[in-house]
Amino acid sequence: MTPKIECRNITKFFIQKGKQRVHVLEDISLEVRDKEFLVILGPGQSGKSTLLRIIAGLETPNEGSIKLDGQQIAGPGPDRGLVFQSYMLFGWKTVMGNVELGPMLNGVDKSERRRIAQRYIDLVGLNGFEKHYPHQLSGGMKQRVGIARAYANNPKVMLLDEPFGQLDAQTRYFMEKETVRIWESEKRTVLFVTNNIDEAIYLGDRIVTLKGKLPGRMHEVYDVELPRPREHTDMKFLQLRQQITDASELVL
Amino acid sequence: MAYEEVKVKKPLSLILLPILSVLTFFVVWELMVQLDVVPKTMLAAPTQVGSLFVTKLSDPNPDGATIFIHAWVSAQEAFIGYLLALGIGLPLGLFMGWFGVVRGIARPLFELIRPIPPIAWIPLTIFWFGIGLGGKVFIIWLGGVVPCVINAFVGVRMTNPTLIQMARTYGASDWQIFKTLCVPSALPMVFGALQIALACCWTNLVGAELLAADQGLGYLITMGRRLALPDLVVLGMVSVGLAGAAIGVLIDYVERRLLAGIRR
Repeated sequence: MTPKIECRNITKFFIQKGKQRVHVLEDISLEVRDKEFLVILGPGQSGKSTLLRIIAGLETPNEGSIKLDGQQIAGPGPDRGLVFQSYMLFGWKTVMGNVELGPMLNGVDKSERRRIAQRYIDLVGLNGFEKHYPHQLSGGMKQRVGIARAYANNPKVMLLDEPFGQLDAQTRYFMEKETVRIWESEKRTVLFVTNNIDEAIYLGDRIVTLKGKLPGRMHEVYDVELPRPREHTDMKFLQLRQQITDASELVL
Repeated sequence: MAYEEVKVKKPLSLILLPILSVLTFFVVWELMVQLDVVPKTMLAAPTQVGSLFVTKLSDPNPDGATIFIHAWVSAQEAFIGYLLALGIGLPLGLFMGWFGVVRGIARPLFELIRPIPPIAWIPLTIFWFGIGLGGKVFIIWLGGVVPCVINAFVGVRMTNPTLIQMARTYGASDWQIFKTLCVPSALPMVFGALQIALACCWTNLVGAELLAADQGLGYLITMGRRLALPDLVVLGMVSVGLAGAAIGVLIDYVERRLLAGIRR
């Protein structure tokens, strides 16, 4: 089976202050399978967000190639939906206005895009908040809007960049459960970036770990063969957690 | 979200202070004139101005028109100039902010013309338009268009770059990003421009009328000077101030309604 996304030997440098070259990613190769929930796990400064932005098309790699459905990626496009850590909602638009953004930009007529947006607002559990503005919502609710907005654009792949990084621990746990629920009710290929081991094991079909400190390099790939819904206190969950922790401590 | 209605009381002193300050201002002013601290030939007392206002509601003497006509003439000039300033300045500033080509063409010219005060244009204006409505509108327009361009330009330049990237991942075109993202996020700055441009227009209105006019609030002030009537001068000034404040309140109200999503 051909992979949904195929990254080959990606290397990325940033130029900083006009002359300082920062090596961010070194020789990253990975495949994402169709309808798979793949988690990229790495500590801060491992280049994981940059990798996601390269796949989104917002950055171009210095070396290597990325293919989506066998096609070379050239720039951002609606086939990849990005969910940002800092929400990135339009403050002057309501929940409905934000969620219908994608279809609106692609010229879908009003009643149709309202129907699409409503479906995903319901899916993420924001029914009744259509007319609220982002500043009237809690952090978890804002990120639900971000997820609904990405879904409503009907992307082939969902890219989530530490989407729950700004949430408190309890809300975060709850949103992880919700993410699984949403994903299971409408399966997409998901690429989820996080620095949290529990989150990675709870969510992922597979976990790709990156070695810490720049430049980011591939470390290990783990298959998470735990039945869903998963329990954080399950013995196998804890064993895998231990395994990943031990492996990353060797690196540090 | 669940909430219950509660009354939030402002401390009494905070309600009284503004009233007290305005009252004190007028009382001191009145006393200064009445007790001859300032000679009556140099300044009119508030009560004099008030009674002159009542007279001027119906009496066209000594300056040729009632206060209402003066205000109406000024308002016409100012509004035409103001609307033209908004109509030309805001789109120009917005386009300059987002489209490099427009910025390249318009910015150097704009920067050259901008430092010339509108009043310096008065002689040329008289050559071109005479002393009719057109010339005054042109001067007012010049004053108002500058803040419109600057604020709209800066507003677009301040658009959150991550929001622009976000829009690109949703497949938005350059024009769509401009229309659905840059313009709305520039709106707070644009509304700032409405206020600033209005102040500039009003200021230039008086400047334009001081030189070339036969009616209008600025002309009223000039006539007060020529006839050595301080009460007429102050009445003209107060009228300009009150009308400006009233329009400011109106714009503030419109702004609140339009910017509902942006907490202020």
